[in-house]
Amino acid sequence: MSEGSQPNLSAREALDLHSLHTHYADLKQQRESATLGMWVFLVTEVMFFGGMITGYVAYRFAYPEAFRAGSVHMLFMAGTLNTAILITASLFVAFAVHAAREGNQRWVVNFLLIAMFLGICFLAIKGYEYHDHWVEHLVPGPWFQWNGPDPRHAELFFVLYFFLTGFHALHMTIGIGLVAFVAYFAHKGRYTPEYHNPVENVALYWHFVDIVWIFLYPMLYLIGHQHI
Amino acid sequence: MAETLVRKRTYFWVWVALICLTGLTGGISFINLGEWSTAIAMVIAVIKALLVATFFMHLLYEKQKVVWIWSAVGIIWLSILIVQTMDDYVTRGFLPVPGK
Repeated sequence: MSEGSQPNLSAREALDLHSLHTHYADLKQQRESATLGMWVFLVTEVMFFGGMITGYVAYRFAYPEAFRAGSVHMLFMAGTLNTAILITASLFVAFAVHAAREGNQRWVVNFLLIAMFLGICFLAIKGYEYHDHWVEHLVPGPWFQWNGPDPRHAELFFVLYFFLTGFHALHMTIGIGLVAFVAYFAHKGRYTPEYHNPVENVALYWHFVDIVWIFLYPMLYLIGHQHI
Repeated sequence: MAETLVRKRTYFWVWVALICLTGLTGGISFINLGEWSTAIAMVIAVIKALLVATFFMHLLYEKQKVVWIWSAVGIIWLSILIVQTMDDYVTRGFLPVPGK
């Protein structure tokens, strides 16, 4: 379609037309495909974390006492605070989607910046915890030190802890990057109430990573029944 | 408007519920309830995850049935993975096998 062939298009209608890929009938079909595709991707992510979670379930069943002893070394307040931070970040991402659906891009940017800030706070606290484990010689490997019984299987708890939280932190880092990307395009005025699929899909990803943490928190922090 | 516009107040109350459930599960964890501890913690985690999925991820307002099916597929596949792994580990000691 050449410029000027549709002289009556408003700027927003022109932007919507620009956003529609040629192989979709309309923006509704494109949006539905994007949502479905994102959910299929999230199911593969469930299986990605599922492998590690299954390993956790099998070994915790085999060595419940060693896992309990390992969990006592988690920083309970840091983990609980981080859970609250992630839930709050999810709330602001949901507000950002709300603003996008209303076509209020200024508030899409503002809410996403708040969520990014909270995500960075989460990673900072996680880094503080990792530092604490490092100093306490709880990182698996040649420097691992354990005074209680069954050090081998306590070490196994920490292997699973570092893989689960490490991959979760990697997902958080990617999530913060994606949110920054979407916030930039919202700032540029790229989205309309009809087309804002990237905002919706990045939000779905963010909430999924939140759900992963909702399960990691009781699995790793809450099984010791005493907190330091 | 393309999608259902969920009221901001709804999101806010879901957030309040999630924070309360986090405090609840953290508080209960100080008490050793034996095998019930894990069960209660996981029930609370599932409720929290369902709240996030239904409201924040808009599953409740999703008009495409196929999206609901895919979200269920995630749970079903994960269940197959965990249950069929554990039915081996849990039952290994059930029968006395000669030479074991």
